[in-house]
Amino acid sequence: MKKINRKPFPILPKAPTGIQGLDQLTGGGLPKGRPTLLCGSAGCGKTLIAMEFLVRGATQFGEPGVFMAFEERIEELAQNFASLGHDLNALVAQKKLALDFVRVERSEIEEAGDYDLEGLFVRLGHSIDKIGAKRVVLDTIETLFSGLTNAAVLRAELRRLFRWLKDKGVTAIITGERGEATLTRYGLEEYVADCVIMLDHRVSENMSTRRLRIVKYRGSSHGTGEYPFLIDEAGISLLPITSLGLKHLASTERVSSGLPGLDAMMGGQGYYRGSSVLVSGTAGSGKTSLSAHFAAATAARGERCLWFAFEESANQIARNMRSIGIDLERPVRQGRLRFHAERPTMYGLEMHLVTIHKQVQEFQPHVVIIDPITNFNALGSDLEIKAMLTRLIDYFKQQQITALFTSLNSGGRAEEAPEVGVSSLMDTWLLLWDVESGAERNRVLHLLKSRGMAHSNQVREFLLTDRGVELRNVYLGPSGILLTGSARGALEAQEQAQFLVREQESSGRTRALERKRAALEAQIAALRAEYGVEEAELQRGIAQGDARTAMLARDRVEMGRQRQATTTATRTTKKRSGGHPS
Amino acid sequence: MKAKTDSSTALDIWKLRLYVAGQTPKSLTAFTNLKRLCEERLQGRYVLEVIDLLKTPQLAADDQILAIPTLVRKLPFPIRKIIGDLSNTERVLVGLDLQLESNLRTS
Repeated sequence: MKKINRKPFPILPKAPTGIQGLDQLTGGGLPKGRPTLLCGSAGCGKTLIAMEFLVRGATQFGEPGVFMAFEERIEELAQNFASLGHDLNALVAQKKLALDFVRVERSEIEEAGDYDLEGLFVRLGHSIDKIGAKRVVLDTIETLFSGLTNAAVLRAELRRLFRWLKDKGVTAIITGERGEATLTRYGLEEYVADCVIMLDHRVSENMSTRRLRIVKYRGSSHGTGEYPFLIDEAGISLLPITSLGLKHLASTERVSSGLPGLDAMMGGQGYYRGSSVLVSGTAGSGKTSLSAHFAAATAARGERCLWFAFEESANQIARNMRSIGIDLERPVRQGRLRFHAERPTMYGLEMHLVTIHKQVQEFQPHVVIIDPITNFNALGSDLEIKAMLTRLIDYFKQQQITALFTSLNSGGRAEEAPEVGVSSLMDTWLLLWDVESGAERNRVLHLLKSRGMAHSNQVREFLLTDRGVELRNVYLGPSGILLTGSARGALEAQEQAQFLVREQESSGRTRALERKRAALEAQIAALRAEYGVEEAELQRGIAQGDARTAMLARDRVEMGRQRQATTTATRTTKKRSGGHPS
Repeated sequence: MKAKTDSSTALDIWKLRLYVAGQTPKSLTAFTNLKRLCEERLQGRYVLEVIDLLKTPQLAADDQILAIPTLVRKLPFPIRKIIGDLSNTERVLVGLDLQLESNLRTS
């Protein structure tokens, strides 16, 4: 690879391009005050990126720019960029942008003797000084080679031009047509040594993708590899996918799956926010219905859900889900649910990635549903798809978006080996499959894994009713076979009957006990009454006894008093009666 | 200027404009060569204007000036451009469309 100068200080100043992704890739933008070579074949977006650099510089970073066009007239440029939403004429009027068309026509120019390109310098210098430009684009300066014959003069002048641009301190983009064996047809890379960016427009398997690669960036680290980019009405978006790392935060917040039964299987709360959920299953096992529940629940919480449908149109999904009682049209009207339906074969994998990225940035959803990921199989090898999904999952996690992916299994009981080897990337994996028993096919659901939460190990039967999905317990038959559908129904009825009988029996017993208790209580009451009578009698007896004793005592006292009285009386008569102890 | 283009015969006034950027050797050579040529071929019926782009850079864009020195034949119509120090007289004559005239004169 290229040698990168590792000089920590001073850090190379950079001029941000404002192009989404490119600044991340270059660690902040193009080398400030230096020329950058942007090369690529025809139609790969050189002019566009260069102009975007100027327009964003002028509007976002307060750096006016000069666009020197060698190929397109000013009017053509203004027209082309109007379709991309840039009003060049307005920027020119505000003195934020200067456009200069340099016409080089060999048939109009006669060369008679020695010359230099001072005229070009004067024009460029004048434009730069006029608006105080900090950025310059020369698109495509190689046109000079076809207009002028003296290559030696040209080369010397180009060398001088790039040095002059550096002296001027402007950040420049020089575009160049791609050559056969060299980066550019006329070897411009020889003169522009600071930063070289290559654009590419390749068609593989009938799908064309534009890609960008930083060939070299002197004095700065940069992302290597090829990065796909998208040109549309909002300009350029580039996705530096591999720069994403495992640095996302893990939320402890839970979001409902939309199915109380399923939430209950996950400790009653649902998925973690920002986690990735894989719903894999055979055809018709209810993957989309499960997704619809999740989408409806998201909208009901007042959050936004973005649904990428790669199999059905938005309309079709809405209709189908209505049949099981899920209204997806209302959240769409409320702006809480957005469908993005596309055939996967519309474009390449990377392009899908860019599109998803863009849609997510636009809509800022809380939940993303991708239904199904297996349709990407037509677009690349397993490895490529896995790489793409890894990037996607990483991206969602960084944005704290809960993502639900559905995956179609080819059938049979090979469920645990999904088509795309992504299960290891997923936090929660729901497995849906069909069980055939008693001339019926019934859907069952199993929570195969759910990272970071206690979850049920049970298999549940999965019913599609006109009120949505319902989860039921399943039964094991006598021979260890899962009982679902009507067999489960029969067993449930049987259990119900048994329960009734048991309930009756038990209530009978309760009543007998109640009677016994009542009898016993009556007995107790009688005994207590008897005792009461006896007690009263006894009390009376005691009272009489007491009264008698008291009376006796009184009598004695009385008697005593009377006796004393007699004693006193006898004192006088003692002598006569000989005394009597009182 | 353009009013005179209706009668563009060889005997009309020639309007020539030489673009230079400062007093460089190339510019001086070009001026000398042009002056000599005009005196020889177009005596009395030419107007020569020298524009120094260092002083009036805004004029460079109008005539699509790129190389220095550049000689522009504004009149007679159509506009023609010759770049270089005009040391190659043959090519200057071709460029100015004076060749035919010179052939006529020498014969």
